[in-house]
This record gives sequence, structure tokens and C-alpha cells, in this order.
Amino acid sequence: MNDMRKIERDVKMTDTKITARGVNVHYGDTHAIKDVDVDIADKTVTAFIGPSGCGKSTFLRCLNRMNDTIDICRVQGDIRLDGQDIYDKRVDPVQLRAKVGMVFQKPNPFPKSIYDNIAYGPRIHGLARSKADLDVIVEKSLRRGAIWDEVKDRLDQPGTGLSGGQQQRLCIARAIATEPEVLLMDEPCSALDPIATAQVEELIDELRRDYSVVVVTHSMQQAARVSQNTAFFHLGHLVEFNVTDQIFTNPQDSRTESYITGRIG
Amino acid sequence: MTDATMPTGTPRKASSSELVAASLKRRRRKQTRLQWIGLGAISIAFGMLFILVASLVSSGWTAFTQTHITLSVYVDPEEVPLKRLPRGGFDDVLAVSVAKMLPGTDMSVRATAKSVEGILSKGAQFKLRDMVVADPGLIGQSVTLKVPVSDPFDQLNKGLIDRDTPDEFRRVKNTEIAWFDTLKDQGAISKPFNWALFTNADSRFPELAGLKGALVGSFWALLTCFLIAFPLGIGAAIYLEEFAPRNRFSDLIEVNINNLAAVPSVVFGLLALAVFIGWFGLPRSAPFVGGLTLALMTMPTIIIATRAALKAVPPSIREAALGLGASKQQVVFQHVLPLAMPGVLTGTIIGLAQALGETAPLLLIGMNAFITSAANSPFDSATALPTQIFIWADSPERGFVSRTSAAILVLLGFLVMMNAVAIYLRQKFERKW
Amino acid sequence: MSALPFLLLIGAVCAGYILNRVAAKSIRDRGDRLHSMTSYHGLFSALLILVPVLTFILFWLMLQGPVIDRLVMAGLPDGALGERGAGATQLVLAEIKSLSRGQVFGSPEEWKVAAASHLSQLHQRADWLLIVAVAALSLLLMGLARARVSADFRARQGVEGIVSGLMVFCSVVAIFTTIGIIVSLSYETLRFLKHVPLSEFLFGMNWEPQIPLREDQIAAAGAFGWLPVFLGTMVITVVALVVAVPVGLFSAIYLNEFAPRRLRAVVKPVLEILAGVPTVVYGFFAILVVAPAIRSLGQSFGLDVAPNTALAAGGVMGIMLIPFISSFADDALSAVPRTLRDGALGLGATRGEMMTTVLFPAALPGIVGGVLLAVSRAIGETMIVVMAAGLIAKLTINPLDSVTTVTVQIVTLLIGDTSFDNPKTLAAFALGMMLFLVTLMINIIALRIVRKYREAYD
Repeated sequence: MNDMRKIERDVKMTDTKITARGVNVHYGDTHAIKDVDVDIADKTVTAFIGPSGCGKSTFLRCLNRMNDTIDICRVQGDIRLDGQDIYDKRVDPVQLRAKVGMVFQKPNPFPKSIYDNIAYGPRIHGLARSKADLDVIVEKSLRRGAIWDEVKDRLDQPGTGLSGGQQQRLCIARAIATEPEVLLMDEPCSALDPIATAQVEELIDELRRDYSVVVVTHSMQQAARVSQNTAFFHLGHLVEFNVTDQIFTNPQDSRTESYITGRIG
Repeated sequence: MTDATMPTGTPRKASSSELVAASLKRRRRKQTRLQWIGLGAISIAFGMLFILVASLVSSGWTAFTQTHITLSVYVDPEEVPLKRLPRGGFDDVLAVSVAKMLPGTDMSVRATAKSVEGILSKGAQFKLRDMVVADPGLIGQSVTLKVPVSDPFDQLNKGLIDRDTPDEFRRVKNTEIAWFDTLKDQGAISKPFNWALFTNADSRFPELAGLKGALVGSFWALLTCFLIAFPLGIGAAIYLEEFAPRNRFSDLIEVNINNLAAVPSVVFGLLALAVFIGWFGLPRSAPFVGGLTLALMTMPTIIIATRAALKAVPPSIREAALGLGASKQQVVFQHVLPLAMPGVLTGTIIGLAQALGETAPLLLIGMNAFITSAANSPFDSATALPTQIFIWADSPERGFVSRTSAAILVLLGFLVMMNAVAIYLRQKFERKW
Repeated sequence: MSALPFLLLIGAVCAGYILNRVAAKSIRDRGDRLHSMTSYHGLFSALLILVPVLTFILFWLMLQGPVIDRLVMAGLPDGALGERGAGATQLVLAEIKSLSRGQVFGSPEEWKVAAASHLSQLHQRADWLLIVAVAALSLLLMGLARARVSADFRARQGVEGIVSGLMVFCSVVAIFTTIGIIVSLSYETLRFLKHVPLSEFLFGMNWEPQIPLREDQIAAAGAFGWLPVFLGTMVITVVALVVAVPVGLFSAIYLNEFAPRRLRAVVKPVLEILAGVPTVVYGFFAILVVAPAIRSLGQSFGLDVAPNTALAAGGVMGIMLIPFISSFADDALSAVPRTLRDGALGLGATRGEMMTTVLFPAALPGIVGGVLLAVSRAIGETMIVVMAAGLIAKLTINPLDSVTTVTVQIVTLLIGDTSFDNPKTLAAFALGMMLFLVTLMINIIALRIVRKYREAYD
């Protein structure tokens, strides 16, 4: 549809990380997600696109049980991470969230120092045995978050003092620090300017080497740029799920076509 | 969660999941502990409220009834001659009629006569006097009279005096108890609802003391407070919210109002004492002065509530009206203010409820005087409900303990009513924009 | 009689409204275009009459009493008052007043009866004078307003100008109140400092406000050092905070994060009830239940507890402050943006960890502001301590002992005979000044912290 950056696309869907079957979500009386089946592959970027209010963020929040924190929200269906039902009674959401990290729409650094922001996860989970351990984790995470060079001299300054793009990369680094296997990103660039967006997108592509990344975005260009697989949500339904190139060049469903050509949205 | 299907990662990665799992139990325990502490804290608050209410009710409910004795009194013309009215030996007449019901009492013994007379409240003779003065034809006739008994016998009847206490430590002696039981057996003793609590003003005798003076005083004070604070508060709030330019002057007013809301109430009492009474020469103990003082204290509350209510009216309504060519004042007074009114009223009622319970400033302007008649105007001396509670709490007579609790229950009743109205208003008219 | 001026005023206001409205209507009927609607012409007249005349009546009523009293006292025959003090003069005046109301006790002196009739005569004259003045002023203003009616008179602007002025006046009342507090307190404090040097007041270790009433009376000369009183205040405040802060904070934490919705729906209103209970009720609760309980508890441990121990007053004050702190902390926790909550949970924090490591630290400035406001409340709280704390100032920090507070001293010094010329009375104002300054300082700091905190998350 338009010229995108050429990104090497890993289209084979062999290692499935997350499988979701027949997922339904209710917010009070609203039926927000209707019978969604989806497979998230490992070491790929999967994008969820769709008009606002289509349920893509809601579905994303099912994957690490963030919806548990909302009283009126009910989730039905079967979601498995590495074959294990994450809604099983025996699964502790805390443990799940350590494995499935999340980055939010608005950068949300804690009002603590940069160092403490990154060290937050490792500390609560007891991942570091010593201060030196922690230092290593912090540096590694910041490097992987592609922000080390910008903050290495001011680790003791508050994370809230950074620019928007830096804050978001700090949050990504923070999520990485707990060594997750899956990284969920809920419109990570919607609050950022174009330059910061480009930096974050680059980072997402980078992260694909180690993690399974799921990105919710309202920008189709972004989905096209960063993702290998794309799922299109509309009014709570998963309309189409396919390799990104396919979705954008040869959509199977008329609704997808209308959306990517700009007729609904 | 098994790690079996995990792709081969670094060794650290495998262990991180285990580390998380290992820490879980400890962390869960910590959270549970925090929850229990929180629940405990709330239980303490609840428990205190329960003890507060329970102790007030248990000591106060007895004051809502009053032991009365029904007497048949022969108005002896020798004791009460027509020409001496309104003076006369009404107390002796009453004592004699009580003695008639107690066989074996020798009224010629002074001590006995005094004890018998002591069964009746001091108010009994005035009640009889008023009856006779109103109808002098009663002299020489027998009248049936229902009068309160004095406080010790009221307590005895309510079971508040332990009959097993040795005689010398008891306020009511054995003979007196015997008399009282005799009277009770004759059916002369009754315990009706204590209307006097609401129809009498203050008295030195617990069985006669009532809240009328305090209720009237509080009414005048609150009326004054409302008439002053309501218009002033709304005017100030509208000006600050809708018209005031954002400059240092309006900032100053705003900071000033917030601080005023946190100034200790006793300081307002000092202000009232020095300015209203000392400089302006307004009368002491007057509900008008009390109301004036309370108005100054209530105004910040009303201003803050009104501003919040005005702020909640969406700007679209202002814009729509302005767009039709209305002046800014027309918009505010005809459109915005009516929409904000429920919020304003809620805030006002809550402010008045606070004012009703306010005590310290009223003490300083002398509204704790001993006044045995209700005020006819806001300029007469009076007490108010909370100051009356303070006076009674300070009184040594046993009977005042339950009166104090009863007065508190009445005060709390009014507060609950006012708050209920406020909540009703808020829920009925609450609008979601 | 006293209602007559007000009725007259209402009549004049209505008349002015109708008069101007009719006049404006007739101009319109002639075919001229009016600048303002006729009702604004009416309103203009009504307001023009209402505001000045009402002000006039209120001032008159306020000044009438004192002026007449002074006239009567000045009109007394020479030497009637003799060498009487201020209190006795007051008594004579009160007697004259009750005579003029027709309440005769015993056989009063001739000059008192004369003064009484003089008094009622003056009152009658003043009443008539007021009515005449109100009528004249109303007519004058009505005429003025009527003269303004014309086709291009901007009545609406006139009305809005008056209304604006009234609103500004309303706002300024708050400032006048503050100024009134400061001026009256300073004035009386300065008079106090004529009797007692400032250094003694600020740094003295003794507080015994006994002043000999007569020259020959044997009594202590009195000592006015506020330190022991202030120390007592602090002891009770600390006790109150020790009770209120943990209970309030943990309640807020539980309510904010862990309480099921239905429990929250019950607890919040109950806490509001607790907050709405008048302090005089808490005071009675302290002497009825808490103080005896603490005393007997102390005795069972073999401790000697004073009957009005600081523990009882402070503890009950703490109960009073629980809802205050808890609602402040709850608000502060709720003000922390949801994104921070999500951030912590998304990293796998338990809800407890999220609360203690993210939410609570983030809300801390707001909570500190709330606690500071609670401190200022505890210092300024009056009724609980007046009823449950002691009267004697002691330099002690033992909470089992009985201590006194600034507010207790203010109230006890001013209850009863208050003439403004002895150091005992004036000392209360000096204490009031200190109380005002201390609480003002705390409030300003607290409000600033809270404001900054709100801005940080808006």
C-alpha cells in the first residue's frame, strides 16, 4: 500500500508461544471480546490493529491477566502460554506477569531514580543476589532498551525527568529487566513524537531476537513497519490474522480491506 | 508453568522463573499481612464508633423517660389562703398528700417530713401553684396531679441505684426505698416519655432540665448563620470562579479562604469576643453573635463547595448561552447557578451541620450561661445544643450524666437528619455530564 | 416594631421596581427602542434602594444599643455611680434595663427609675427616627433611580455593575475576617505585653495565671510563661497522632486497594459519620468512658494514672482524627495515576508490593500534607481537651500525667468574668495569637505541599 521500510520477515509460525481459543471478555454488560482465537509465535512481532474500541487492548491485557485488576471484567476461554493454561487456578498472576512483561500507552516511569526504576522488577522478584548482580542487570537492561548511553551518567536522577521517548524506552528496559519471555506493548508510541517513535520502533525490531513481542497499535504504518504477523480486530471480533504482508497487500476480509484503505476507522 | 517447552535460553533465564516461583510464598504472606493490618485498622475505627454510640445510648436512653408520681392533693385553705396568692405553702400541701399514701409516717418529725417532701421534684410545687393561680376555685378542693419525682428516686426507679449497697453509702436510704416501693405498689408511680426534655429549658434540677432553651438558641444561631453565610458564600464563590481575573489579588483571596477553613475554631471565638462584643458592644450570650461567628466559620466551606459545583457545570452550557448573546452575568445567574444549585445546597447543609456541632467559639461569647427560659429573639441570652451538653457534662448531679447523653443523642439525631438531606439532594440531582 | 424598618424597605424596593418598570414600558410603548429590557430598569431601581438602605438599617441597629446606653449613663445624676468599677457600672446598667422592661425587684432608687424611663424614651425615639430616616432615604433613592429611566439608559449594565460590586464585597469578607483576626489578636496581645514582658511570655517556664483581684488579697503574683502550656499541647498532639496516623493510614491503604467494593461502600460513610461527630461529643466520651477505662487499666498494672491523663484526651482526639487522615490518604492514593499501578502490576508486583513500593511513596507528599493538617487540627482542637485534659500547666512529657493545652487555657481564662483590662483575660488573647500563628504556619506549609502534589499528577 505504501512504501515501508524493508524488514526481514520471519514468516514461519513454527514455535507458538501463546495460543488463545474462544476468548470472550465482558465489561459489566458490554461484550468486549467475542470468540477470539489467535496464535502468537515466539521471536516474532505480532501486531494487533483495528479502530479504537475494537477490543485489541482488552485482548492484549488478557494475555498477562492485567484485566484481573478491573473488578467488572470477566474473561472466558482458553489462553495457553507454552501449553499451560494461564487462567488456571494454580497459576499466580504475579508469576505470569514476571514472564509476560508489559509496556503501556503512556510512559509510566515510577517517581524514583532511573536505577531504581530498572531494578524494581529484579528486586521484588529476588532476581539479584547482590548489589553487583543488580548493577549488571540494570546495565544490561538499559543497553537492551537502547537508552544506556543517554542515561548512564545520571542513573540516580528521577526517571520522570526524562523526555517522553526516553521514558518509554526506560519503561521497555524496566520490563526487560525481569527477564520476561513475552513482551506486550499497548500502543507504545501513541504518546511520542515521530523521532521518538522511530527509536522505539527500531528497538521493538531489535527485541524480536530474544522475545515474543505483541504490539497494539492504531497506526497501520507502524504495524507494517515492525510486525511479522498482524491481527485485525473489529467490534470485538478477530476479523483476520495473517502474515503482515498478506494483510496489507491482499486482505481476505472486506472489513480488513475497508480499514486499511481508510473507509472505517 | 513449566519450563519444558521453553526455547533454549541463557541459563540465567531458566533460573529467573524459578526464583520468581520461590519468592512467591513469602511475598503472598507479606501481602496478606498488610491486608490484615488494614482490616484491623478499620475494625479499630468501627469499634470506636460502636463503643461511642453504645455508651451514649446505654447511658442516655433512660433520660427519655421520667418517673412521675400521681397524687391526689387536697389544697388546704389554711396552707394556701386565697389572699396570699401566688405565695403559699404549696410544698407542705404536696408533702402531706404524699404522706397520706405512706401509712406510718409521722409528719410532725421534721426530718421525716423533709424526706417525704424530697420524693417530689422541686418543680411540683410550682406546677401546683400555677394551677391554683390560674383557677383559685381549686382552693379547698382535691386535685389529681401528676408530677415528676426528684432525681434520686428517678434513678432508683430506673434501676440505676444498687439496692445492695450498704445504707450509709447510698443516696436513697432504706426507709425511702420502702416508701417508694409502697407508692409503686399502690400504682402511683409511672414512667411516661419525658416530654419535659424538649419542652423545658435548663434547670438546676436534673428531673426538670430540658433542651428547649438550647434548641431555640441553636435555631436562632443557625438561622443567623445561614442568612449571612449563604448569600456571602455564594456571592464570593461565583465571583472567584466565574468573574475574578486570574491575578495576585484573586490568588490572595483563594489562599486566604483555604487557610481560613483551617483556622482553629477557638480563634474565631476570640475574634467574636474582641470585635463583636468588645468593640461593637453586641450583647453577650446572644445567638445572633453566635450565628455571626459561625457564619464566618461556615463561609469557607460554602465557598469551596459552591466553587466545586460551579466547576462541575460543563463549559459547553456557558458557551451555548454566551453564543446566543447573553451577558456573562445572565449566563451565570440564569443557567450555570441553577444547575450548580444541588451541589451548593449540599455543601451549605454540611457546613450548617458543622456549625450546629461547633462549641468552642460559643463558649467564648458566653453562650454557656445558665438560662432558664427560651430566647424570644436572637438578641436574648441563650445556650445552644452543644454548649448545653458542655454545661450538663460539667454538672455534678448524677442525673445530668444521662441527660447529657440524651442531649448528645438529640444533637446527633439532628446531624444525621441534615446529612441525610444532603445525601438525598446529592443523589437525586447528581448529574453526570 | 423592629420589623417595621425592614417592611418599609421591602415596600420601597417593590415600589421602586414597579415604578421604573412602568416608566420604561411607557417609553417603549411610545415607540422608542429601549437599550435594556424593562425588568432591568426595575431591578436597577430595586438594587439602588436595597443596598444602601439595608446597610444603613444594619449599622443603625448595631450602633443604637451602645449609643443609647452611653447616653443613659451620661445622663445619670453626678455622683450616682460614685467610685464604682467597670463591673459595677455594668450591673447598674443591667438593672436600669430590666426596670425599663417593667421588671421591678425590691424598691429601686429614684434616679434608677428616672434613668429607666429615660432609656425607654430614647429607645422609642430611636425607633421612630430610624423609620423616618429609612423612609426618607428610600424616597430619595427611588427618585434618583426614576430620574435615570430613559430610552438609552443602560440599565442592564447598571444592574450588573451593582451585582459585581456586591460579589467583590462577598469575596473580600474572607480577607476582612483574616484581618479582623490578626488585628484583634494583635491589639489585645500588645495590651497583654504591657503587663508581661515578651521574653517572659515566650520563654517562661511557669504558667500560673493568678492575679490578685483586690489589692490586699494574698495570692501568687501570677506567672505567664507559655512553654509548659505549649509542651502540654504537644504531648496531647503526639498521643493523638500515635493513635490516628497508623490507624488512618492502614485503613486508607486497605480501603484503597484491598477492600471489596461492598465493604468500601459501608466503611466510607461510617468514617464520614465519625468525622461529623461534634468534638463536644468526643469530649464527653473521653470523660465518660475512656478516662475511667485507662485509669482502671493503669491501676491493674500498678501504674498511677492521673484522672485527666493526657492519654485519654489525646487518645480520643486521635479517634477524632482517624477519618480525617484516612480520607486524606485515600484521596492521595487515588490521585496517583492508574498508569503507575498498571506499571507495577505489569512487572509482576503483588498488589501489596505495588502499594508499599510504588503507590504509597508516590502519594507520600499528599499524605504528609494531610498529616500536617491533622497536626494543626490537634493543636487547635478545643472541646475534647477542655473537658478531658487538666488545668494545671506542668513541665512534663509523661502522657499518664495530666497536662494542659493552649486551647484549654484560652477557654478557662475567658469563661466567666471577662473584662478587658486584666492580664488574665489578655493572656488568653496572647495564647490565641500564638495558636493562630503556629497553626497558620503549619497550614500554609501543608496546603502548599498538597497543592504541589496535585499539580504533579494533573
